[in-house]
Amino acid sequence: MSGFAHGVHPPDNKHYTEKLPIRRYPFPRRVVLPLSQHIGAPSRALVAVGDRVQRGQLIANPGGFVSTALHASVTGTVVEIAPYRVSSGALVPSIVIETDPFDAQRLEERPPLDPSALNNKDFVQHIQMAGIVGLGGAAFPSHVKYAVPEGKRIEHLVINGAECEPFLTCDHRVMLESPEQVMGGIAIVAERLGVRSTHVGIEDNKPDAVEALRRAGGGKGNIQVDALHVKYPQGAEKMLIKAIHGREVPAGKLPLELGMVVNNVGTMAAIYDYFQTGKPLIERVLTVTGPGVAEPANLLVPLGTSVREILEYCGIKPEVTQVIMGGPMMGQPLAELDVPVQKGTSGLLVLTKAGMAKEYACIRCGRCLEACPELLNPQLLAKLARGGRWEETESRAFVFDCIECGSCSYACPSGIPIVQLIKTSKAELRKRQRAK
Amino acid sequence: MSKPLSRLLIHPAPFLKSPVDTPSVMFDVLLAALGVTVVAIFSFGLSAALVVAAAALGAVGTEYLFGRRDLHSLADWSGPLTGVLIGLTLPPGFPLWMAFLGGVVGMGLGKVAWGGLGQNLFNPALVGRAFLQAAFPTAITTWTPNGQGLTALQSSNLALPMMHGTVDGITTATPLGLAKFEHHFTGTLDLFVGNTGGSLGETNAMLLLLLLGFLIWKRALDWRIPVSIIGTVAALSAVFWFMDPTLYPSPVFMVFSGGLLFGAIFMATDPVTSPMAPKGSYTFGFGIGLLVVLIRLFGGLPEGVMYAILLMNAIVPHLNRAFQPVPFGRGRKS
Repeated sequence: MSGFAHGVHPPDNKHYTEKLPIRRYPFPRRVVLPLSQHIGAPSRALVAVGDRVQRGQLIANPGGFVSTALHASVTGTVVEIAPYRVSSGALVPSIVIETDPFDAQRLEERPPLDPSALNNKDFVQHIQMAGIVGLGGAAFPSHVKYAVPEGKRIEHLVINGAECEPFLTCDHRVMLESPEQVMGGIAIVAERLGVRSTHVGIEDNKPDAVEALRRAGGGKGNIQVDALHVKYPQGAEKMLIKAIHGREVPAGKLPLELGMVVNNVGTMAAIYDYFQTGKPLIERVLTVTGPGVAEPANLLVPLGTSVREILEYCGIKPEVTQVIMGGPMMGQPLAELDVPVQKGTSGLLVLTKAGMAKEYACIRCGRCLEACPELLNPQLLAKLARGGRWEETESRAFVFDCIECGSCSYACPSGIPIVQLIKTSKAELRKRQRAK
Repeated sequence: MSKPLSRLLIHPAPFLKSPVDTPSVMFDVLLAALGVTVVAIFSFGLSAALVVAAAALGAVGTEYLFGRRDLHSLADWSGPLTGVLIGLTLPPGFPLWMAFLGGVVGMGLGKVAWGGLGQNLFNPALVGRAFLQAAFPTAITTWTPNGQGLTALQSSNLALPMMHGTVDGITTATPLGLAKFEHHFTGTLDLFVGNTGGSLGETNAMLLLLLLGFLIWKRALDWRIPVSIIGTVAALSAVFWFMDPTLYPSPVFMVFSGGLLFGAIFMATDPVTSPMAPKGSYTFGFGIGLLVVLIRLFGGLPEGVMYAILLMNAIVPHLNRAFQPVPFGRGRKS
């Protein structure tokens, strides 16, 4: 077993949901589908208010190359196209569909499509038009990774099944319950890219997932399933590559620099489903968990479902203080619950204990230095950022190398909001960049 | 349903926090220092309790009156810790008013004047002790023997302010004093169980090693610092000892005598005044060990731990700058 340097060991809290099979969430009364659910340009709506749409029907086209298509997640009627609040707090133009209560919500299937019959350009376009993005949380359009620039070659495919965020178990359940889909997706992408090796990295607190993928064909030929140390942030792209291949992606570069592509296991299953049945990305598995949930669950939820509805469905305890979209280390706190589930929503975490740690003076203990997987100096970054010395955070402390994993804030005994200070500094520097 | 969720707390990620916080780290070290104090009371009697209490009172009172209130400075246990540590570096018969003054100066000049916890360059407890050594050279080197019972109280403890006390009973010498001036090396067993004269906290080597284990287990200190100090002193003194065992003390004697263990465990590991990165810690520990050996073997003083740590404190900012980590993907060989 291999690993990466530094990192932290928060309690994994997977026990709430790791044993619970994925359940299909009932179709909601209506869905709100933001046109920008991914990194890159927003999608362009193809439908108008009053249009009747079928589940799985294309309703928005990609708005550029780094952008994807969007599909109706329910059969019903478009009732509104207007800005809606999303988890980040921003207002995003969204297509609102009212579900037809009398429709069976059946998905039109088409016969399997053979990806090897496609050339690379068509393959990339299929993935883009299927609306598939990275399901690990960052929601980066997947097809962009497969459009390999001229002169570059992908030698190694790295599949991320680490799921290092505490509490979350959606990837775990997908690997356990749909290993054939995951391995099928891997086979499609590996063959398409013509890679020499494929490694699936899974933290070894999920031995059953390792076993399931091996039984589904992993470990044969040039596909390896690797059990990795349980250490946060094992699932960060660069840490995963370091653990599996022992190589460091150069600072500021993509894995492509080393001839590698990293994809999430859920994304692989989505790609398999698409080529098998034509099903685009219209639903996803998410984990509803935490001490504030009456009935924690792994749910297969149509995109656009309201967070409030899902929480009501699972039951919320009265002592709830916080609802987090995503995991506890990098997730987004929700100010209001009437926001939709998006393509990148991996979980809803409901907490009952409040608040930021009490802050004390920095004692220069160095715990943040030993936590940082990017081997930065978070103490220096926080000090410079707090003093408004933005330029120096870049010139002296490499602020843009920070992946915002939160390990430093987790480790800091003085409760200093180090990641927040770093994010502030990045935002200030970007603002200045734009002003130039 | 909507009622409990009407007020949601918003603050930036992460939403998990390591249970180790600054007060808990300080408290663990304070607990260990109080353990040393209890054993000192068994060795030196009531005097030990009073000297430690006087120094602690001076330190905490000064922080209370002059320290910053905005960063919970009194809630983090670092003030009482500084006071107790000053007390433990003093001889049993030390006049209480001097111990109190040591607490005042250590806290005042060593910490509060710099801006409070986290801002100071030098270890505040050692600043206090250095002041006392300069101001009261006789009192700080007058040692009364151990084993006089739990109620033992030296008349010199009760000297009036601005007066030097006189010791009624017998006085003794520390193992390092004996080694330096009379060329007598105290036996290892006596050093190990603290059957010697010396400052309150430094005599019992076995206790100090146990507490080192406790603090490492609680992750309250950077183990690299005491390990590299002890290792350096042992290795360097071994060289001299092999050259001439009649002239130079053995490595065992060097490590177990004087304030070496106490300083390595309680003083050099102060996170504020020690380096942040691991390589910095090793260098810091090596520097302290080297200076201790040079001062003890070739200097005019029998003991050198305090000056060694204070001198190395001074270059900690340089060590921090020199041992910046190389960021991921920036030229490390992989």
